[in-house]
Amino acid sequence: MKRLAWTGFGTACVFLQGCSGWQSALDPKGPAASELAWLIWFFTALCAVIWVLVMIALATPLLMRPLARSEPLALDSGADRRKLRVVVIAVGLTAAIVVGLTLLSFFANRTLAAIGSDAALTIRVTGHQWWWEVRYEDATPSRILTTANEIHIPAGEPVRLLLTSTDVIHSFWVPSLSGKLDLIPGHINVLDIKADKPGVYRGQCAEFCGAQHANMGTFIIAEPRAKFDAWWNDQLQPAGPPASDEAKAGEDLFLSRPCVMCHRIGGTPAGGTVAPDLTHIASRRTLAAGTLTMSRGNLAAWIADPQGVKPGSHMPVVELNGDELNAIVAYLEGLK
Amino acid sequence: MRHGAAMFLFTLLTLAACQREERDTRPQSSLGSGEQPMPVTTLEPGGQRPSASDNKAASFEANAFHLSEGKRLFSWFNCSGCHANGGGGMGPALMDQKWLYGSSIENIHATIRDGRPKGMPSFRDKIPDDQIWELAAFVRSLSGNAPSSAAPQRNDDMMPHPSENRMPDAATLGKSP
Ligand code: HEC
Ligand code: HEC
Ligand SMILES: [Cu+2]
Repeated sequence: MKRLAWTGFGTACVFLQGCSGWQSALDPKGPAASELAWLIWFFTALCAVIWVLVMIALATPLLMRPLARSEPLALDSGADRRKLRVVVIAVGLTAAIVVGLTLLSFFANRTLAAIGSDAALTIRVTGHQWWWEVRYEDATPSRILTTANEIHIPAGEPVRLLLTSTDVIHSFWVPSLSGKLDLIPGHINVLDIKADKPGVYRGQCAEFCGAQHANMGTFIIAEPRAKFDAWWNDQLQPAGPPASDEAKAGEDLFLSRPCVMCHRIGGTPAGGTVAPDLTHIASRRTLAAGTLTMSRGNLAAWIADPQGVKPGSHMPVVELNGDELNAIVAYLEGLK
Repeated sequence: MRHGAAMFLFTLLTLAACQREERDTRPQSSLGSGEQPMPVTTLEPGGQRPSASDNKAASFEANAFHLSEGKRLFSWFNCSGCHANGGGGMGPALMDQKWLYGSSIENIHATIRDGRPKGMPSFRDKIPDDQIWELAAFVRSLSGNAPSSAAPQRNDDMMPHPSENRMPDAATLGKSP
């Protein structure tokens, strides 16, 4: 029995390790997440105290021996009144605690809603099975930027996210920065986030959306304002010309094969909008919504067999021979 | 003890539900390439038409997964730009019984892959072969040529017709029931 208890305790401790790192609601890195983490801790602590008190109240009479009374059936109005008082007090306390917690979460919600009231940057995040389309809005049309799966934001500034979807319901959740909010087809939800410090925070789709729901990750990359602006300007540039003959062959293949039907590469005729924009694919950290890290080998693995890496994903296997595959990879690898 | 055994058997039974529908998402090259000649007309020297059946056809027709993929690709590849949602526009309607180039899945596959002279572009090399078969199977379902148990059952946007699984059978189309 004791052994079992220790094993249970040990396992619980191991799970606790999951509570820190780049994707944890208990390791807040922004005002919204801090507010929520505080709420989680307070609710849990209060409920734990109440639970212990209730258990004590329950166990005491069970463990105590019944009082030997001379006349068990005799009425004792004094004792009844005392018991009634205990019940009334307990009901009163319960009501007060429930109302108190409701008020707390209400005020927490107000804080969350106020975070982005003066947001200067608006980003539209569109959920697709199973990746994220990210569009930076700007009053100047030529500065509107579309990318995928990675969301760069300026650190220390509130950012407004407009969440929507084109197929099924997804949910946007970056635990270290904010709570969850659904992406609903034909509807826009507004989520305001703010990262206090520069850093990389991982997010995950939090609403089951089909076969590859588990591999629908995203990254929020918070950078100092100057770095963020430089990144935005870089990303606005069309893809540069291929650097080598092999990469040039890769570009030609990309444009003459099915790739061109789905993907966009700025500066080339490839203008598909149903799949991630690849204009600066090599500048991203991961491939296929956090499924693989970015490297030449992983690019080749993905293009050769997307259905092996992410079975059911909406990128079909395109039959290519070894040379063709190498050329395409060389081309994409150069799209920094 | 008896109860224990019964519970165990019951649990075993529920495991049967863990089987997932199988989906062929990889190219089925072993089934053929769809490369054999497709008749565009019935006028053949010698009165004999080349065989117009493909091994691949059977595994795509009447398969709910492939039909729904075809439906998605129909808008992804902008077939709807010329054919609307089957009702026709610059290209002919695909939800009626009239076929300019044959109604069999092989003929439709050939239409999509090689194009047709009066404005249907060729998608050879632009759409992987399996996806062309998916599109062809879906095009057939637009005119009720797919079992209602497999045809797509929901439209996400305005359609000139009910969802594909509620389309009348081509044989009864145009006749009152
Ligand atoms: C039918 C449409 C389609 C075709 C054709 C297609 N892709 Fe994709 N591709 C997608 C989709 C959808 C995704 C996102 C998959 C996911 O993450 O679930 C994707 C993802 C990718 C990615 C990763 C993008 C990222 O941001 O992580 C690369 C690289 C890529 N495709 C390259 C190619 C190349 C090269 C070809 C041609 C050989 C090609 N694709 C053909 C639909 C397509
Ligand atoms: C640029 C416009 C255009 C696009 C895009 C287009 N089609 Fe067509 N399609 C046509 C025209 C025009 C015809 C009639 C050709 C003829 O009569 O020779 C046609 C004919 C067809 C036919 C033959 C109909 C019959 O009665 O035999 C089918 C099937 C078809 N298209 C399917 C598709 C599919 C599937 C796609 C998407 C992959 C597509 N089309 C994309 C214009 C288009
Ligand atoms: Cu999901």
